[in-house]
Amino acid sequence: MAAESGKIDPMHQFLIEPMFGKDWVIAGHSIAFTNSAMWMVITLGVLWLFMLGGMKRELIPGRWQAAVEGFTGFISNMMQANIGPEGKKFTPYVFSLFMFILIANILGMMPVGVFGLHPFTVTSHLTVTGVLAVLSFAIVLIVGFWRHGFHFFSLFIPHGTPGYMIPLIFLIELFSFLIRPFSLGLRLFVAMTAGHILMKVLAGFVINGLNAGALTIAIVTIPSFILMIGITLLELLVCAIQAYVFALLTSLYLNDAIHLH
Amino acid sequence: MDAEAAKLIGAGLAAIGVGMAALGVGNVFGSFLESALRNPAAADGQQGRLFIGFAAAELLGLLAFVVAMILLFVA
Repeated sequence: MAAESGKIDPMHQFLIEPMFGKDWVIAGHSIAFTNSAMWMVITLGVLWLFMLGGMKRELIPGRWQAAVEGFTGFISNMMQANIGPEGKKFTPYVFSLFMFILIANILGMMPVGVFGLHPFTVTSHLTVTGVLAVLSFAIVLIVGFWRHGFHFFSLFIPHGTPGYMIPLIFLIELFSFLIRPFSLGLRLFVAMTAGHILMKVLAGFVINGLNAGALTIAIVTIPSFILMIGITLLELLVCAIQAYVFALLTSLYLNDAIHLH
Repeated sequence: MDAEAAKLIGAGLAAIGVGMAALGVGNVFGSFLESALRNPAAADGQQGRLFIGFAAAELLGLLAFVVAMILLFVA
């Protein structure tokens, strides 16, 4: 009854393919509604329902409204602390960004496998996180050039730099500025992908151990399963931390653009 | 040595970089905890910087992971 030990394929979970097997044809154009798009719609739905539950504006908030106020207050305080009063007009964008990334990350960890479905982490693709990072970086550039014009380039020359070092310092600062969207997108993408690959590899150990006899069940399956529980908790923490870090760095870059140190 | 074997060895070497990132991240949190125990009242105010430091150290470790993934699945 022991099946052959299968090769563990940790990358298949990231495959993007059209839902229901083929592309939709809308008005003569072939639109691919992929599993990635569906999970983005699910993320939007969950976020919408969450915010809707907190809109009752009770003076003494119930649990749901308190949870929504917890998140909005958290982001509002972060913007206030990092940017100051001008941060208020960017709070809706940073809040949307934070909540979308947080919910997308967490939905990828949901145990819908017990119902036979496969969760998909929207943010485990560089295309998605890259677009979010480019969005943040574009807002930073637009705000910077709108407020300061060409004086924005003084961001790259700190106060008190000796004259002979200005060209070199300018190039170094420019490079580290231009690398910001890459690092923003890459950080979230690799954190999510690495976590899910680890989970898939451990799950493969559990199943292969189960199939290979009673001794391997005791030595391989049970410890791997316990490790999976611990790693799941760690991954949920990483989901929250990576969403927070994305929002935090966006607010810091906005502060750089608005206040030019 | 054929290319496939060299790629696998390269990916294994890249994993050493991930281990060094673990040292870096541990350094950031360790320093924070050490100084937080000396001055607990000031610790909460610095939490933002803690996560900035963590993000920077983690990113470089994740870059090593990206190199390993490229060697295994792309090149």
